[in-house]
Amino acid sequence: MSQFAINIIFVGGSFLLYILIAIWAKAGSTKDFYVAGGGVHPVTNGMAIGADWMSAASFISMAGLIAAGGYSNSTFLMGWTGGYVLLAPYLRKFGKFTVPEFIGDRFYSKNARLVAVICLIVASVTYVIGQMAGAGVAFSRFLEVDSTMGLIIAAVVVFVYAVLGGMKGITYTQVAQYCVLIVAYTIPAVFISLQLTGNPLPPLGLFSTHIDSGMPILEKLNQVITDLGFNSYTADIDNKLNMVLFTLSLMIGTAGLPHVIIRFFTVPKVADARWSAGWALVFIALLYLTAPAVASMARLNLMTTIYPDGTDAAPILYEDRPNWVKEWEITGLIKFEDKNNDGRIQLYNDTPAYQAEAEARGWAGNELTVNRDILVLANPEIANLPGWVVGLIAAGGLAAALSTAAGLLLAISSAVSHDLIKGSINPNISEKGELLAARISMSVAIVVATYLGANPPGFAAQVVALAFGIAAASLFPALMMGIFSKRVNNIGAIAGMLTGLAFTLIYIFVYKGWLFIPGTNNLPDTPDNWVMGISPLSIGAIGAIVNFAVAFVVSNVTEEPPVEIQELVESVRYPRGAGSAHDH
Amino acid sequence: MSGHSYDAENYWKANLRLIFGCLIVWALVSYGFAILLRPLLAGISIGGTDLGFWFAQQGSILTFIALIFFYAWRMNKIDEQFGVHEE
Repeated sequence: MSQFAINIIFVGGSFLLYILIAIWAKAGSTKDFYVAGGGVHPVTNGMAIGADWMSAASFISMAGLIAAGGYSNSTFLMGWTGGYVLLAPYLRKFGKFTVPEFIGDRFYSKNARLVAVICLIVASVTYVIGQMAGAGVAFSRFLEVDSTMGLIIAAVVVFVYAVLGGMKGITYTQVAQYCVLIVAYTIPAVFISLQLTGNPLPPLGLFSTHIDSGMPILEKLNQVITDLGFNSYTADIDNKLNMVLFTLSLMIGTAGLPHVIIRFFTVPKVADARWSAGWALVFIALLYLTAPAVASMARLNLMTTIYPDGTDAAPILYEDRPNWVKEWEITGLIKFEDKNNDGRIQLYNDTPAYQAEAEARGWAGNELTVNRDILVLANPEIANLPGWVVGLIAAGGLAAALSTAAGLLLAISSAVSHDLIKGSINPNISEKGELLAARISMSVAIVVATYLGANPPGFAAQVVALAFGIAAASLFPALMMGIFSKRVNNIGAIAGMLTGLAFTLIYIFVYKGWLFIPGTNNLPDTPDNWVMGISPLSIGAIGAIVNFAVAFVVSNVTEEPPVEIQELVESVRYPRGAGSAHDH
Repeated sequence: MSGHSYDAENYWKANLRLIFGCLIVWALVSYGFAILLRPLLAGISIGGTDLGFWFAQQGSILTFIALIFFYAWRMNKIDEQFGVHEE
């Protein structure tokens, strides 16, 4: 059977499964639509959170980032898991359907709710475009369709289960998607770990001995890449302030992203919400503990493919390149240019420090550029794994992208139908009317996301800066203060959110361009120009601190919140009487 | 639940103490062992690198899991102790 046919079977089979689940889990009420009826088991919810959280970025891009950056990019591993430790304590009886609704009620202000809705929509739309674009890439590579066509297929599938089933449909498809993505991610990793180290568990293989060289695998990797002028994989770095702030921004961003938080509203009790945070992290960790092993092993595999006789010997001839290189060349994600016309592939770090060595070897520049996003997708082919593993990876990448997209679309549509329409525009809307409004706003959101996925605007590539920056600097502090302080009032909260947000956006725009329009940046986006070496990606943490500080100062010089709001804060703190999420 | 009883105050204090304890461990393994204190752990070698690297790519995540389960277990216990748990 051809690889194409295998891919079709895996991807088509998984899509059929999602649609069958959607038909089975149709939403009948707004409670079904917003919080899956509020009766989801904590372990089930943990799995759904895992799929909701792990996006195309986690599945496709993260291992490539770690492979490229080594130790310094461990920030992604810690940042995208550590937020759950912060989340757990504030999972309480919000008793609400949406995040802006809690912020609006706690700070007794429609404006606060509106600010939260805007933050939610900007963060989630940025995020969802990345998912749709990721799904498009996976389609174009594995199913040999045009990526726009791929996007439309993906959008139709999401449409069926998200619009029909709402949170209920999304929850159960996410459980299935979690299973698909985790199997797809770990199977190739187990094979590769076995091949390279003889240890079937990748997290242990990462610290084991490399069979071919008899050295620890990380030491071998360091040797190979430093021989070619790259930075050591495991070495410590100098700019620790930025590493700390970047990790912190990712963590508090995670704890402030509405599509994650609303998943916790689907369980019946506060105690269950706490357990489901633990289960979520267990399911997430299965991938996150495997990713660093995939990163280092795939990088070593890539190097030994190009330099089969060691780094001192000549690299392979372009004619002899393996089949997977040819396949990815077609997509443009691997590019070769024979700069010294010797017919061989020189892959090395083209820096001044390596200049002398390169000249001595007759090299005229690095000749192979490999897009780091292909690492996970090409991994089974690099390691010569059977065709069905490749099909599995295709289905897994799509599961990761679609499950996160659905969660984000739900967060967006509920903010529109519940917070904007029911909350402001038409408070007297009937239950049936609101359900219809939710379905219509979901449909509109899908169309917009698909269009933007096919024609990504400049900000789409800035998911980490924009989505995490906004969540960290505006939503997270507002939620924290809403629960942990009785003194913060409406004016303080709004002032805090707006200054935190403005501060963060301005810092990002100064380096990345105003509204990300190329050429409009005031300073070049390089470490020498960053204030105290703080990258625009790490600024969300400082934005959060600004938000807290402004909110406290402003609240303390203005009136205390009314008594009934202080009582609301009290009641949120005690689980008894919480029940599941309900409407007012 | 009446807002200002003695018990309510103690319940909230116990809650904050637990959160604070968890956050100390959380910060220690990630910002501490994996980043700022890594040079101190450089002497402890593990699989071709040092313990700080292991904390950055494995240890911190494993600790986070343990922390959340510990928090959930303790917090649910505290809820029961103070009689504020849900039936």
